[in-house]
Amino acid sequence: MLRRRVIPCLDVANGRVVKGTRFVDLVDEGDPPELAERYAREGADELVFLDIGAAPEGRPTLLDIVERTARRAFIPLTVGGGVRSVDDMRAVLRAGADKVALNTAAVATPGLIADCARVFGDQAVVVAIDARRKGPANAGWEVVVNGGRRPTGLDPIEWAERAASLGAGELLVTSIDRDGTQTGYDTELLAAIVDRVSVPVIASGGASGPDDFVSAVRDGHADAVLAASIFHRRIHSIASVKAAMAAAGLPVRPFPATAA
Amino acid sequence: MTDTVRAGIVDHGAGNLVSIAQALTVVGANVSLVKRPSDVDVVDLLVVPGVGAAAPAMTTLHREGLVDPIRGWIAADRPFLGICLGLQLLFDGSDEDGAQTLGVIPGRTERLVDAPTLPHIGWNQVERRVEHPAFAGIEPDADFYFVHSYAGRPTPAAADVIVADTSHGTAFVSAIARRNLIGVQFHPERSGDDGLRLLANIVDAARSVVRRPPFTLDRVSA
Repeated sequence: MLRRRVIPCLDVANGRVVKGTRFVDLVDEGDPPELAERYAREGADELVFLDIGAAPEGRPTLLDIVERTARRAFIPLTVGGGVRSVDDMRAVLRAGADKVALNTAAVATPGLIADCARVFGDQAVVVAIDARRKGPANAGWEVVVNGGRRPTGLDPIEWAERAASLGAGELLVTSIDRDGTQTGYDTELLAAIVDRVSVPVIASGGASGPDDFVSAVRDGHADAVLAASIFHRRIHSIASVKAAMAAAGLPVRPFPATAA
Repeated sequence: MTDTVRAGIVDHGAGNLVSIAQALTVVGANVSLVKRPSDVDVVDLLVVPGVGAAAPAMTTLHREGLVDPIRGWIAADRPFLGICLGLQLLFDGSDEDGAQTLGVIPGRTERLVDAPTLPHIGWNQVERRVEHPAFAGIEPDADFYFVHSYAGRPTPAAADVIVADTSHGTAFVSAIARRNLIGVQFHPERSGDDGLRLLANIVDAARSVVRRPPFTLDRVSA
């Protein structure tokens, strides 16, 4: 049976893993290759590496650090940040990424999703959607790009459907409102998207503890759940998260019992 | 004779070669890339990796003159590993884009049936139907990492190649073997310790094939 995945996220700026709150106030969390190796050892199912400076700074993805990270962990690696063309995506894959996440460039040029899917297969194309609530309850959400800096007016649910139909093989859905706040995933947003697409959806933004992972799958219908701060700061271990998911009856990959 | 197995990774243009190269290196192989026909002369184990669609890969293999060397390698029973697209290419053709593939194993690459999500991305159990030395030391239903929407299906007459299957909707074939050839739909280079163990077993098997005296010469001299 296909397992629900637990995915630590490495937000990388200036060659270091950092973590902020709602995409700002960044704190240093460590060396990307070292953290990647630690998470692989502790039972992570996959890693996401986001070069968070690339889009705002208008520069390409940092390939050398992608390659050093890919060499240290024998689990899948998705890389995002600064990919604007088929050639950019090829370079990132050749540096050791298994999948590439498109975000700002895909909103600007949706045809890029189809172009990349045609060349590398839809399974290699992840579309990352950063969404923010427009206001109080029931007002809906809005897609924000450029590292959370530029609102687009797009509805994330419609954008998710369009991205999947263009060839995205997976969606990474981040709630900016919840990012780094440890107040739980936006399960309403997740469920609204998952119920409209057939590709797998990764939940992101807001994990505070193991129960949030269970709720992202149960209430948000997510196929995979991503978190950063709680793992970087050893507030919770991957093993304890998976133990909670298994106890809730969710299928998870067996994990090392001794992982810290 | 050297103990180091020389693994040649066929580069058909797209995708991540770093992971498979690094994984084979970690399990003790000496890794090189195969980009032209003469490159296969200096390797002991031929590896065709890759994800994505069959047609662009076949176009590259044809353009670089690698189709016949790969077919000849397999026909000579030399050690071969196909991963994901590298397994699918062994069949006669692919429904994904209508490409005609290598035709080494009778059967076709077909879309997964009744899958709750597509692509099939993530860790899933590889359930062995028969024992095979490549899986020595690995649990009979161990998890490996998949990322694909299509899988090869051997014809009923060729069903004896099936080593393992996996369920995502209707069960599909996730590992095949025939003599010194093995093909896996999952990614051992991205499947943690069990993936590395599988690669180590395959490299070890290639080492014993390399060490075996070339029996054709023995027969000639006898």
